[in-house]
Amino acid sequence: MAKYLAKRIFYLILTLFIVITVTFFLMKLLPGTPLTNQAKLSKSQIALIYKQYGLDKPVWQQYVLYLAGAVRGNFGTSFQFSDQPVSYLISSRIEPSLQIGLQAIIVGVIVGIIIGSFGAMKQNTWADTSATIVSILGISIPSFVLAVLLQYYLGLKAGWFPIAEWGGFSYTVLPTLALAFTPLAESARFVRTEMVDVLSSDYIELAKAKGLSRMGVIYHHALRNSLIPLITIVGPLAVNIMTGSMVVENIFSIPGIGEQFVKSVLTNDYPTIMGLTIVYSFMLCVVLLVTDILYGIVDPRIRITGKAN
Amino acid sequence: MDNEKDILEVRNLQVNFKTYAGDVKAIRNVSFDLRKGETLAIVGESGSGKSVTTRTIMGLNATNADIVNGSIMYKGEDLLKKSEKDMEAIRGQDIAEIFQDPMTSLDPTMKIGRQIAEPLMVHKGMKKEKALAQALEMMKLVGITDAENRINDYPHQFSGGMRQRIVIAIALVNYPEILIADEPTTALDVTIQAQILNLMKELQDKISTSIIFITHDLGVVAGMADRVAVMYAGKIVEYGTVDEIFYNPKHPYTWGLLSSMPTLDTKGDELPSIPGTPPDLLDPPVGDAFAARNQYALKIDTQQEPPFFKVSDTHYAATWLLHPDAPKVTPPDQIVARQKKYAEMQAALKQQQAANTVPVEEEEEQQ
Amino acid sequence: MADTVKLPEDSFKPMTPADRAALDSEKIAAPSLTFAQDAWRRLKKNKGAWVSLIVLAIVFIMAFGSIFVSPHNPNAVNPSYANLPSKIPGIGINGFNGTLVQAGQRVDAYKQAGASAGTYYIMGTDYLGRDLFSRVLYGTRISLIIALVATFFDLTIGVTYGMFSGWKGGRIDTFMQRIIEIILSIPNLVVIVLLILILKPGMTSIIIAIALTSWTNMARLVRAQTMELKSQEYILAARTLGERPLKIAFKHLLPNLSSVIIINTMFTIPNAIFFEAMLSYIGIGISSPQASLGTLLNDGQKNFQFLPYQMWWPALVLSIVMLAFNLLGDGLRDAFDPRTKE
Repeated sequence: MAKYLAKRIFYLILTLFIVITVTFFLMKLLPGTPLTNQAKLSKSQIALIYKQYGLDKPVWQQYVLYLAGAVRGNFGTSFQFSDQPVSYLISSRIEPSLQIGLQAIIVGVIVGIIIGSFGAMKQNTWADTSATIVSILGISIPSFVLAVLLQYYLGLKAGWFPIAEWGGFSYTVLPTLALAFTPLAESARFVRTEMVDVLSSDYIELAKAKGLSRMGVIYHHALRNSLIPLITIVGPLAVNIMTGSMVVENIFSIPGIGEQFVKSVLTNDYPTIMGLTIVYSFMLCVVLLVTDILYGIVDPRIRITGKAN
Repeated sequence: MDNEKDILEVRNLQVNFKTYAGDVKAIRNVSFDLRKGETLAIVGESGSGKSVTTRTIMGLNATNADIVNGSIMYKGEDLLKKSEKDMEAIRGQDIAEIFQDPMTSLDPTMKIGRQIAEPLMVHKGMKKEKALAQALEMMKLVGITDAENRINDYPHQFSGGMRQRIVIAIALVNYPEILIADEPTTALDVTIQAQILNLMKELQDKISTSIIFITHDLGVVAGMADRVAVMYAGKIVEYGTVDEIFYNPKHPYTWGLLSSMPTLDTKGDELPSIPGTPPDLLDPPVGDAFAARNQYALKIDTQQEPPFFKVSDTHYAATWLLHPDAPKVTPPDQIVARQKKYAEMQAALKQQQAANTVPVEEEEEQQ
Repeated sequence: MADTVKLPEDSFKPMTPADRAALDSEKIAAPSLTFAQDAWRRLKKNKGAWVSLIVLAIVFIMAFGSIFVSPHNPNAVNPSYANLPSKIPGIGINGFNGTLVQAGQRVDAYKQAGASAGTYYIMGTDYLGRDLFSRVLYGTRISLIIALVATFFDLTIGVTYGMFSGWKGGRIDTFMQRIIEIILSIPNLVVIVLLILILKPGMTSIIIAIALTSWTNMARLVRAQTMELKSQEYILAARTLGERPLKIAFKHLLPNLSSVIIINTMFTIPNAIFFEAMLSYIGIGISSPQASLGTLLNDGQKNFQFLPYQMWWPALVLSIVMLAFNLLGDGLRDAFDPRTKE
């Protein structure tokens, strides 16, 4: 297990290294700098600013410096807010994003499990049909459309929740709902298919032959076997939430990293874009690593192969 | 045939499956009895309705199954009329089942000790510790070595043969009255097959259970069964004691099955086979379903279904060839040889009986 | 009991060859279906998929037909008719009759704008007086084109990559899978945004960016399937007979991969539509005067509180198109999956 873990962490570091390298050189390919937007800067002024950002050095030196900084969590200084280090910008904004993201994934997956297993148990009844409708709608309606609708109907018209900004828990409700809908739908679909499969397997037949009641069969055998593989889609769901958060945070004016990313893209704030890209892939890598390890712990079949590796 | 030794009486069972193309008549009027302590083998090729019969007894048919007619009497009650709740109490307690493929019939994420203990917890209301202790005894009984250490292992840590032992332990842990074994050795290696069969016989004596043994392999039947029922296209076509079926078969289908089974004295290069395929049960043929593949078929076979003709008190066969008006046909050579052997055996038996001063009581049986 | 039945006299004659010929032992009562026929039968039985197919056909015809016949020019600005609500001939329900609530009173916006009685904008007009229906048709077309072209490239990259990786196996396969893992460790949208920044916003960059990022899923599925197929006897036979790998790929692999490919495509298309809408919504996608469903949503969202129809219409069309592709994908998966065969 320790060997496996070490190998995985090595790959995580390697992946991040490649991500940093590729983004760095992609950014060097970018046309224009933030300065292109600001006319009437004298040559010497430009040279001064270049020096301030270290842009006057050869590219390979810039790269080494950036890499050395990135390891220590230093992603340079933002172009947009010239006195703010990117790392400060990110760390001060990451909390709202994490809170909403975690809430969304927890709510989405739990409700999804309930809906999905309910649909599988009552296969081909109205309950199943409505579960299917909910999940297919969740996949078909983009989170940003849902966000606007929630904001208007539950926020503005009904007045149940604040419509924007960041305050207490009540501020998180609407964005969480908007983001949770897709994971909810995805996990409901996944659990339903998985459970329908499991319910037709031989070991369920054997469990019935043992005399277990319907609920006993589902509780002791079907549920565990169909929920374990759900862990594998947590990674993709996290991606979905990161993607959705960029627009949803924007709609609800939440000071998170998603909103910052969009803002930086629109203002050509390259250091911030790079920093956020690295942070996003770091988070995703960690999620993937954790879910993989978790899967190995929960599924006895993987546990053994994990040891063998 | 309402013998008091019968523990299970299946009468006129008819089961259809609803499909897009119409009703598949999977079981067409099947009747048989299971006696206390005996092993009844039901033999037939795939699709003949063997498994559907046992699923119906267990009350575990697919949702599109439709039981059209019949009764399954167990301890004076009709299982087909029982509620789902009552059937749950019977399954795993009075009637248990072993499935074909041990690789897939164990829950991959549950420790095997717990899986064996489960029927005890469900039916006897045992606490987990006590049930596990009993499960351990059962594991030893079915011959799992080092049971103490393996009770917390998961199914994938066992070989196929060991897994089938576990499945047997699960089935027998409650000492059921009836054990249904649905092709329990088909998925196993030949060497393991014999071990499992021996184990089943051994355990049958120990816990005195009756076994319904489903198989397509007549070779397995010989050492295992007391009586044999041969199924074809959703019907039983011949039944009798194991000796009667093996050495004095009357139905051409049984002839075909026996001839296509290799024996030590099979001569020549070619193993005979039954030509053609079983009929489509969506639209079963009129008359004898086997007629089209039967080289001894008579005209009447296409017009009318043959009833059971009595061969002996224990041996019946549904073929028009047994009708007094039917022409005498010569079965395949191999069958003739078998019949000859049977006659010799009977003669030897008679001599032995004559030599014995104590007369052997014979059981009377009326159709 | 057999003797009680009166039997015809010749009953016990052996069957003649003619009798035997009349009995076809191989007769199968159920109609025999090929794989494609069987899949088609099951697809037709799936109402959701069937309706989706029809809806998509209508959407395609309308979106692409509007090149030739469009109720209005989608880019024609007409300030005096700005922000007119939906008015559909013959429907008197509020919301579709050209009336609006202004300062607590329902007024006929068309009359206020001085439009003649015969003027209808079935989805209303936007803030510049452009016909929303024409713009939605136009936007749908752009969204569909982007999605289809991106999906086409994604298909070719993904299928080739997956087949190659699965076929080669070994170190090459491991290496190629590592690459996919690295790509998957950055959220797709981030990669797309980076690519668009480099390529400058516009339709082509969006297509390239989506195509370059979304093939990984297809590649993984195709690889897994290829590895499974590779060990099948008929492929082995073809190899033993010395067929060239390329021929094997086209003749034997591709037909057997087709269901996986078709199903996955049905899920890639809505994904591409979603990404395009999202990019345009953020503001780095399609720029005016061009329109896509994403830009229309973005425009509509600004006035949602007062003129909700301006967002409802594009949102509705976007959701319906996504829904139809998803349902069709589901239907195809069920149709191709023999496990669900009844």
